[in-house]
Amino acid sequence: MTYGPSAGQLVRPPEHHHDEPHVPVFVGARRDELDTIMSRYPTKMAALLPALWMVQDTHGWVSEGAVEEVAQVLDLTAAYVKGVLSFYTMYHQHPVGRHFVQVCTTTPCNVCGAEDVVHAFLEHTGCGELGLTSSDGRFTVIEVECLGACGFATPVMINNEFIESVTPERVARIVAEHD
Amino acid sequence: MGYPHSSHERETPVLSKYFGDPDARTLAGWRARGGYTSLDKALGMDPVEIQNIVKDSGLRGRGGAGFPTGIKWSFMKPDGKTHYLCCNADESEPGTFKDREIMRWTPHALVEGVAIGAHAIYAETAYIYIRGEYSEPIRLMQAAVAEAYASGILGANAMGSGKRVDVHVHRGAGAYICGEETALMNSLEGRRGNPRIKPPFPAVAGLFGQPTTINNVETLAAVPHILREGAEWYQGLGREDNPRSRGTKLFSVCGNIARPGNYEVTMGFPFGEFLNDLCGGALPGREIKAVIPGGSSVPILTREEAENTLMDYEGMVASGTMLGSGGVIVFDDRQDMVKQIARLARFYAHESCAQCSQCREGTAWTTRILERISAGQGNARDFDTLLSIADNMSGKTICVLSDSCATPVVSGLKKFRAEFEAKLGPDHSRGVVPVLLTSNRTVAA
Amino acid sequence: MSDAKDVKMISVTIEGRTTSVPDGTTIIEAAKTVGVLIPHYCYHPGLPIAGVCRMCLVDVEKFPKLAPACATTVMEGQVVHVHNEKAREARKGVLEFLLINHPLDCPVCDQSGECELQDYTFQEGRAESRYEEPKRFNPVEDFGGDVMYVPNRCILCTRCVRFMDDVAHDPVLNVSERGDRAFIGKAEGHDLTHAWAGNVVDLCPVGALISKDFLNKARAWELDRSASICTGCSQGCNVTVETRDNTVVRLKPRSNTDVNHFYLCEQGRLDYRWINRRDRLDQPQVRVQGTLRSVDWEDALDAAAAALAGRRVTVLASPNSTNESLFLAERIIARQGGAGVFRVSIGGEAPLEGVADLSLRAERAANATGARLLGYRDASEGLASSSADDTLLVLDDVLEGALDERIAALLAGAAHVVHIGTTLPDVIAARVDVALPITNHTEEEGTFTNLRGRVQRFLQARTAPGLARPSWFVLSDLAERLGAGTGAYSAADVFASLAGHHASFAGLSYATLALRGLPVVDAEAHGLTVQMATV
Repeated sequence: MTYGPSAGQLVRPPEHHHDEPHVPVFVGARRDELDTIMSRYPTKMAALLPALWMVQDTHGWVSEGAVEEVAQVLDLTAAYVKGVLSFYTMYHQHPVGRHFVQVCTTTPCNVCGAEDVVHAFLEHTGCGELGLTSSDGRFTVIEVECLGACGFATPVMINNEFIESVTPERVARIVAEHD
Repeated sequence: MGYPHSSHERETPVLSKYFGDPDARTLAGWRARGGYTSLDKALGMDPVEIQNIVKDSGLRGRGGAGFPTGIKWSFMKPDGKTHYLCCNADESEPGTFKDREIMRWTPHALVEGVAIGAHAIYAETAYIYIRGEYSEPIRLMQAAVAEAYASGILGANAMGSGKRVDVHVHRGAGAYICGEETALMNSLEGRRGNPRIKPPFPAVAGLFGQPTTINNVETLAAVPHILREGAEWYQGLGREDNPRSRGTKLFSVCGNIARPGNYEVTMGFPFGEFLNDLCGGALPGREIKAVIPGGSSVPILTREEAENTLMDYEGMVASGTMLGSGGVIVFDDRQDMVKQIARLARFYAHESCAQCSQCREGTAWTTRILERISAGQGNARDFDTLLSIADNMSGKTICVLSDSCATPVVSGLKKFRAEFEAKLGPDHSRGVVPVLLTSNRTVAA
Repeated sequence: MSDAKDVKMISVTIEGRTTSVPDGTTIIEAAKTVGVLIPHYCYHPGLPIAGVCRMCLVDVEKFPKLAPACATTVMEGQVVHVHNEKAREARKGVLEFLLINHPLDCPVCDQSGECELQDYTFQEGRAESRYEEPKRFNPVEDFGGDVMYVPNRCILCTRCVRFMDDVAHDPVLNVSERGDRAFIGKAEGHDLTHAWAGNVVDLCPVGALISKDFLNKARAWELDRSASICTGCSQGCNVTVETRDNTVVRLKPRSNTDVNHFYLCEQGRLDYRWINRRDRLDQPQVRVQGTLRSVDWEDALDAAAAALAGRRVTVLASPNSTNESLFLAERIIARQGGAGVFRVSIGGEAPLEGVADLSLRAERAANATGARLLGYRDASEGLASSSADDTLLVLDDVLEGALDERIAALLAGAAHVVHIGTTLPDVIAARVDVALPITNHTEEEGTFTNLRGRVQRFLQARTAPGLARPSWFVLSDLAERLGAGTGAYSAADVFASLAGHHASFAGLSYATLALRGLPVVDAEAHGLTVQMATV
């Protein structure tokens, strides 16, 4: 991943996140769930995005070990899975804060003060900088592209939670409610 | 209903009638509001008959392309092959948030529309591809689909018709480009969301190589109404002197406007009255400066131009822009057009799939120049360079994301040139030394 | 098999030249039939169509937009412009886009001189850069095997990904991320170790994928190139031998749709250093009073003839001997009586699955089939008995490895030993009466016969050391002295004589073989052809 004005602020990976062994995801009930999902499509490959979501919902991110597991379960190669995984920006390829804060700053929200919301989050979470995880591991804050709630500026997602109409004044309370 | 505001009297609420009404979400609630009678009827009709009704209604694709829906459906022939219907709920065009409302207030309307659409194209399986960020719509659509299965509306014997209709919700994972119909199919297949070269067209070889039709949420949500009220009723909505744009359209209004929200008006509504009357006009003490009427990929209008525009496909074209997705983004006099256009370019650069040279590099280059100008470091060469890049990015790629990035740049430079020129900094000599950016990739060299 | 007569032909005009091609032909392929090269990067005839580089956009009359020639099939009566202003401007635009993030690495990039980005930019690109922004930077990566990846130079044509996916059937490469952050990636622990993975270096139009073996070794414009055949196995892949100052520095595949298509395996590609070895036998040697002495050719040939005259001969030939020299040695056997054998090493096969009938073959030599067709037997099937009155003629077999008992017995028991070879191994030097120095296959011209019975020519690529002579030349002189001469004194004439004597080769000639080769006339009868699945 590269930085640069073309990229928007992408998440900067912390160092040394390969150490913990991967705990398999697709066992027991989750294996059954995956099987159900797979039955909806004529190919195993089509279950890839759903499988990656299940990994992220379980572990919070998708590790190299998870990539190998998904590849094995769906008869794909690890390189293939990685290529797809890295295309879709909602998947995390490294650990992030417990609460992953995504603030929309695309033009319709930008003209409604979205950047002030970003600064408020950076301040109140203690992250200080976009893409970094706060030292207590609670938060990571990034800017994202249009969240499709432009009439409810500024929308913010925290993990899968969608919060509409966030103003800088509301941020302190929102942060406090997420420990 | 201009949710979250109450309906304006000049709106024509069809799709938005129950926005804000939580009872409309349930199966029982939807049935009480006349839901599923159209599907029941449709399942007993020949697909060609349904196609003809939709053709006669004048319904055109509401995702942005505006292709006549009935004609699109008629490309699907009873050839005995497995057909698929994809509902494009990847709504990611900046300024657009109508499909979200349809799904979270009237999920069953979409289930019904999808089921009718599937039957009309000889498909037994439909996928609703919802962008990954729409957690609430996903949850509500999954619940609605489950309710529909539980009550026999969907499944092997849909509504007792003997026909199979299967509907599955598929979650995206953060890629605007997956709203492009061929990229959507690739994404559904578990691939990178790369648009495909056409031909082959989806109706010939689409999802999993099979004949496929892709329709937008708003398009499909209109179908049950058309079947219930009749094609003539839909044809009756719109301005008299334009037979090519009929029915209602949901316009998502956002930005510097008094009452942002979704508004449903008949095609051809006067844009000036729409903005100033229905939407409440500019915020106190401010003046509207610019409007993008159809999502960020269509040309920007000045306020004067917008106020002399009619809100349908042809009316927008006549004003030098496009209806697109109907996402109305309003900029007032406090906004820095250079900064906002730079931000739009950055959006496209972030979303480029990276296949085509012009888009991959051009979106990034455009963004870098615009951000440099926005930071006061622009020079006199930049404008010609930007326009040249925009020209090289247009009409030459697999999909139109590249053109979409060029559009706000070209219309912005044309109509807000003074703002750009005001940002020019001291002119650099050509000997600028590029600063190398470091990569933060963790791959060992 | 499709019926050729049922194929519909389409007439199309490209750059003013009209051609007729089968329905379904792309514009880019149709253009080749009239000698028009449409500039392109991502397209490759061996790979699935991608249509992403956008270099091949052409102006088709009546089309509203430029069309990608690689992904557009011809339509009757189409008129296509490749070099009009619209198409040229589009290409110029693509080149400019490709260069904005591309580093100015030419002075240090191995691809320089054979780089398609350089070539097209020089031909049609902008003379100056308009780019004034920072360039994206990523560090170099080791992809495993012989391959290094330089992401900064990558133009994301995805040829490498498509090759590994669809031709090698080993999907270890991907495109990672999006936009101008995209790069070619792989998974940790899964490297480019496939036996044919090195072909991605050839496929890469720029210096993004480079060979570690060739790194910084030579500049493309310093190289001399000759058409040759790989001697690593019996597949007979066509190669180009590239030399610099008479030293082989690289082998590249030469395309041949009937043998190796566009590809060469790593084993063949990287095994060329032996060609440059310095410890060559480069002087004729004769044992005089117990010691080997260097003598001139005439004396050496006389001594060799004397060792062979009036005796039966066993020829122990290397299966990398050419058809020409095997033939002449066989003439000597016919004259003197005796037999010819060869020993060939066997190794594991490694197919390139996406291509029909292409593999690193078990027989690790180029001409075992030729040897069989010319009457030689595989020594592993047994040696005919020889007596102490026989002469052993060793034709470049180095008697390496575990010296098989029977071979050792042959060596020890023969009345005389004559060695015609490129080197003089100690085990032979201890016993040999006459040693005649010959060229290796890069220092002469000749032919090999591959496992399908395809006879292929190779040309000389470098000069021979010392007094070494082509093996066919030496054997011609020897045969002449023994009364078994053919009167032929060029490789082509020797081959013609071979074709006259051996029915399998009847009708073949250097002229007809050209540089693509031809099968022996009775390949099927010898069980050499592969049964292709019928469509």
